[in-house]
Amino acid sequence: MTDAYVVGVDMIKFGRFPEKTVPQIGSEAIMMALDDCGMTIHDIQALYSGNLGQASGMVGQRILHEIGQTGIPVINVSNACATGATAFREAWASIKAGLYDCVLAVGVEQMGRGLLGGAGGGTGISKEGLLGSGTMPAVFAEAGMEHSNKYGTTFEQFAKVSVKNHHHSTMNSKAMYQIETPLETVMNAEMISYPNTKLMCSVNVDGSAAAVICSEKKTRELGLMGRAIKVRASILASDPWQERDLVMPDVNSCTRKAAKEAYEMAGLGAEDIDLIELHDCFATAEILHYDNLGLCEDGGAGRLIDDGDVALGGRIPVNVSGGLLSKGHPLGATGIANIYEVSTHLRGEAGARQVEGARIGLTHVIGLGSACGIHILEKA
Amino acid sequence: MSEQPLPVVDYMKIPDDGDPYLEGHKCGECDAIFLGERNICSKCGTRDRMGTIKLSTQGSLYSYAIVHRSFPGVEVPYISAVVDLDDGATLKGNLIKVDPDPEKINFGMPVEVIFADALGRKDRDGNSYLSYFFQPRA
Repeated sequence: MTDAYVVGVDMIKFGRFPEKTVPQIGSEAIMMALDDCGMTIHDIQALYSGNLGQASGMVGQRILHEIGQTGIPVINVSNACATGATAFREAWASIKAGLYDCVLAVGVEQMGRGLLGGAGGGTGISKEGLLGSGTMPAVFAEAGMEHSNKYGTTFEQFAKVSVKNHHHSTMNSKAMYQIETPLETVMNAEMISYPNTKLMCSVNVDGSAAAVICSEKKTRELGLMGRAIKVRASILASDPWQERDLVMPDVNSCTRKAAKEAYEMAGLGAEDIDLIELHDCFATAEILHYDNLGLCEDGGAGRLIDDGDVALGGRIPVNVSGGLLSKGHPLGATGIANIYEVSTHLRGEAGARQVEGARIGLTHVIGLGSACGIHILEKA
Repeated sequence: MSEQPLPVVDYMKIPDDGDPYLEGHKCGECDAIFLGERNICSKCGTRDRMGTIKLSTQGSLYSYAIVHRSFPGVEVPYISAVVDLDDGATLKGNLIKVDPDPEKINFGMPVEVIFADALGRKDRDGNSYLSYFFQPRA
């Protein structure tokens, strides 16, 4: 089976673009990714298009209506916040299977503002604030407090995640925000759902990211191996049965399952990874995933953030892009945006936030419901 | 419009004579407990071995969030609580009669399930609903 390589990858600067359409936003990242490897849409044999907000709206085809109707197959993908990673993985699988030797994956989202989630609508009466809360900040607060219950993780430790990721984003011109947020500022920001303050919630933004993926033969033929990124592992997992599933959407066991399988596929361990972009949809969530991805023994996550191990310059930098907390979280685009970030470091092109000597990186996303996508990438 | 309050969720049962209760579906093969009716166990895959049980009203606090920002019309702050029942099931709901202050909320604290009106909420037809809440065990 051939290896698959990312030869072109890019993302737009995340922001709010109410004047644009979803296909227009998606097209921008695609043109940038094509430019990154000197290709045109005529070189592409299939398009895997990830979007949530218009999941039944044939977004991939509408993108081609903007940039070139070449008649290639389009696969529209929707998988909650793992949408982008799922589109990328389907593209990867088509190369591995030998169906194509040059394909494109895109993730795009146009978001509203405000709270996501909420318990029940449907028939009867609203359950929000009656049977607890289904808002995302509350759901991830409960997931964080489960960690507190088991390991004594504190509000301050959760808040430090946000301080770190906002600091990282000051070095990333494509992030929504570039502002420092000291610990007191984070902890004293408006409380949304304890222990998540407003600065500990990801930013709803519009955005897109795209990647061109080629077979090994095609990558060599095109002379693109120099900046190519090898996909060492691509794993997707759904949530295996857990006893509290019905009331606590599970982000842990599917991450653990996907991580184990990804390390096996790559023939690597957590100790071999030089940087990680993981799903910090809320500050509480990032802490859980230090344990889940095996960056420490179970329960060691609080110490990792206290000791600075996960900051730029530390043992295993996490979310040097600024993460979803500050770069922003356009749901369907996030999974490919984090592949862009890791690839940029592996290419040594990340500027002030460059993780020095980075050779292998890992990306992780969680779609609640649940889907976990993990990719391990290596400089070719 | 119903004379009597309606159950807030389909796994709440309100007998004509007797107290309301929450109903679980328990797998006869692996003992996994589910909320809501089903015929196949998603833990072990066994078919047609589901039996109904009356869920315990006693449990302990497993996790929580203190909700300060919710949707319009929802009174805040309140405690959204995840409670492990003594029989092995897990429920989510509002924890009442406890200050919404992390200093006052202890993991593992014993709580009980009580039944009360759904905060005055009515559906489009004007029906009232019976809901459940958690409160510290007396």
